Amino acid sequence: METAQDTIQQNEAKAATSKTLFKGTGSQVLLNGLVEEGVTTIFGYPGGAIMPIYDALYDYADKLEHILVRHEQGGIHAAQGFARASGEVGVVFATSGPGATNLVTGLADAQIDSTPLVCITGQVFAHLLGTDAFQETDVINITTPVTKWNYQVTDAKEIQEVLAKAFYIAKSGRPGPVLIDITKNAQLQLEEFPEYVKCNHIRSYRPKPKVRIEYIEQAAELINSAKKPFILFGQGVILGKAEEEFKAFIDKTGIPAAWTIMGEGAIPTSHPLNVGMLGMHGNYGPNVLTNEADVIIAIGMRFDDRVTGRLDKYAKQAKVVHLDIDPAEIDKNVKAEVGVWGDCKETLPLLTNLVNENKHEDWLAKFRQYNQEEIDQVITPELYPTGDEMTMGEVLRNINEICGGDAVIVTDVGQHQMVACRYAKFNNTRSNITSGGLGTMGFGLPAAIGAKYGAPDKTVIAIIGDGGFQMTPQELGTIMQFGAAVKILILNNRFLGMVRQWQQLFHDKRYSFVNITSPDFVALAKSYYIEASKVDERANLRQALETMINHEGSYLLEVMVGRENNVFPMVPQGMSVSEIRLK
Amino acid sequence: MALCLSDKKVLKMSTENTLEHKIDKADLEGKQEYTITVYAENRVGLLNRIAIIFSKRKINIESLNTSPSEIDGIHRFNIVIHESYEVVRKLARQIEKQIEVLKVYFNTNDEIIWQELALYKVSTDEIAEKVTVERLLRQYGASAVVIRKDYTVFAVTGHREETDALVKALEPYELIEFVRSARVAIIKDSAGFHEKLKEFEAFEPGEELVENEFLDKGQKIFTM
Repeated sequence: METAQDTIQQNEAKAATSKTLFKGTGSQVLLNGLVEEGVTTIFGYPGGAIMPIYDALYDYADKLEHILVRHEQGGIHAAQGFARASGEVGVVFATSGPGATNLVTGLADAQIDSTPLVCITGQVFAHLLGTDAFQETDVINITTPVTKWNYQVTDAKEIQEVLAKAFYIAKSGRPGPVLIDITKNAQLQLEEFPEYVKCNHIRSYRPKPKVRIEYIEQAAELINSAKKPFILFGQGVILGKAEEEFKAFIDKTGIPAAWTIMGEGAIPTSHPLNVGMLGMHGNYGPNVLTNEADVIIAIGMRFDDRVTGRLDKYAKQAKVVHLDIDPAEIDKNVKAEVGVWGDCKETLPLLTNLVNENKHEDWLAKFRQYNQEEIDQVITPELYPTGDEMTMGEVLRNINEICGGDAVIVTDVGQHQMVACRYAKFNNTRSNITSGGLGTMGFGLPAAIGAKYGAPDKTVIAIIGDGGFQMTPQELGTIMQFGAAVKILILNNRFLGMVRQWQQLFHDKRYSFVNITSPDFVALAKSYYIEASKVDERANLRQALETMINHEGSYLLEVMVGRENNVFPMVPQGMSVSEIRLK
Repeated sequence: MALCLSDKKVLKMSTENTLEHKIDKADLEGKQEYTITVYAENRVGLLNRIAIIFSKRKINIESLNTSPSEIDGIHRFNIVIHESYEVVRKLARQIEKQIEVLKVYFNTNDEIIWQELALYKVSTDEIAEKVTVERLLRQYGASAVVIRKDYTVFAVTGHREETDALVKALEPYELIEFVRSARVAIIKDSAGFHEKLKEFEAFEPGEELVENEFLDKGQKIFTM
């Protein structure tokens, strides 16, 4: 027979188990999950279909900082900047319909540049799906080509598992953006939820291919036999957090290493084996000598057409060793003699063990020789101009001198981007944040805001053209309200400069709609209560840059640069990398 | 209708192939029919994710079939395209990269056993008067599925040429309706997917596993 004591004990036991359960709404369990995943910052914008989540968010102010952006595109670029600067997953909230469709550009950008994001979008009630309800769009199908994974939640009981998977998928393997679309009924649904469990395995998903030692051996053999080996590295080194392993590898082998725009900063600019940038506006030596190297070792890069130029004349003489975590990248554009599948954090040390210590002095001297030619013909005139007009290069030189290579440089897209990537000095990884694959104008300002939240102790400088700034200037409002101390540097040449350069070089100087006018940027910034000034003479440049960088909060500086300066060197489209032009 | 269209395209391509072979051998030499076999989770939206891998590259899918596989909960896609080895290999890797896809195989026609099913609706009067049903059944391996006063439905299972041949034969006799299924294919060398699946369910891809972790500890393993 049951005694009263027994009943009490049973009730207590019940209470103890129910403590591990959480009773609440789908929205609350979602926010709990975000906290469990270590999220601290969310970039977002509310709206009808995501209101229950925002209502729950009201009670999470001590755990989750929500930055109210001025446009969802700004929100997702900010999350990208956050992810790129911090190495964590960026999180975005947006509502259904236009809120969700405004994310698409950022998703495409994050997909092509392998940036880990988790985007949460609200959706109309499940019973309204397919009825063309107010602010209903087919977000899952719109975003399928531009997400690593997406999923529509219609039942709150799915939320925990789906969120755990989303974080696991976004950050593991080759990272990428993930989108979860949650119908309003699931956000409101009251349930008892179990404890949150992080995901570390999905049976149909292999984030890292198994490392096959025989391929490492073959790669080592090829590298050891090489007379003119050349390393091309990309963002894979940074995403794999393998900067140290990479440095150990090049230090031992003594092989010159050049970076793609996404790989910049993985090793310091000053490293003696860092020979510069690859591709269309890259350095002279790395491009020309690509077609002389006998063994090319590609690490965490994907042979984008902006890197290879004309593919059938690209490195035909070289045997290629390709290290990548994504098997689909190997043999995609350039045939690899040896494909080393795997995470370079694991494969590089194995390879370092098997390669011989070496110094390729004569071969390195060739790079220096080409570099000297580039310095004389291109770099010195760009960094130390003698004419009246200011150049973008001299602005960058001054920034280097002031910051010493410790700033995070975020760029937009265009001439200023190429100049910044060519001339900015970096001492640290995750310091160069740019829209590499998609080339998204308007990326710079919001990404810089996110980068400041991702690296709060660093000086964050957004370098933006007059065209790109006018694509997302509304995010000045976000700075005004939340105070991200971003230094905004507008390099104004009163043209859409990169397109103008192409029109000059390849379209008989027919300047078709590249003549863009600008508002008074200083007055614009000041209307958002952001300090600002403008420089149009060299004499004031250094002082103005120092004022901007030393300013306590955010600051906007507009620098008037020469109207028709071109970015050189240049590999014209459809030409081989060895046909790179110095002027 | 889609099948009819793709059917015409295949026929046209094969003639183009023979014609252009002389002009530019290198360009078309590699193109042939490949059957892609995809093992995947049974999840809403995955068909779209796979289909856009082809449409993104403007590659036409000649035939597509999706059905349950020998394993409960795992779906099998059969996709037929006419492309070169290089292109098919890249497509296969892109498909395999999708989160819910377990494994992708691609095979030429000599590496698979395949069938398509075709149904033909003809006027019973017409058939009775002008041809002997018996001859049709024998010559084309057809079977009569339904025989009614007004119409008869025949079924043929076989390769494209075989089902095409009966279309030709019936054309003079008022072929009222014709439909053909997508290709289903079995890979000659495949030992099935059970063993592979165990590897996928293990945390580290191992060589051999004694137990099927998914079946034993289903609750602890994430599925879609």
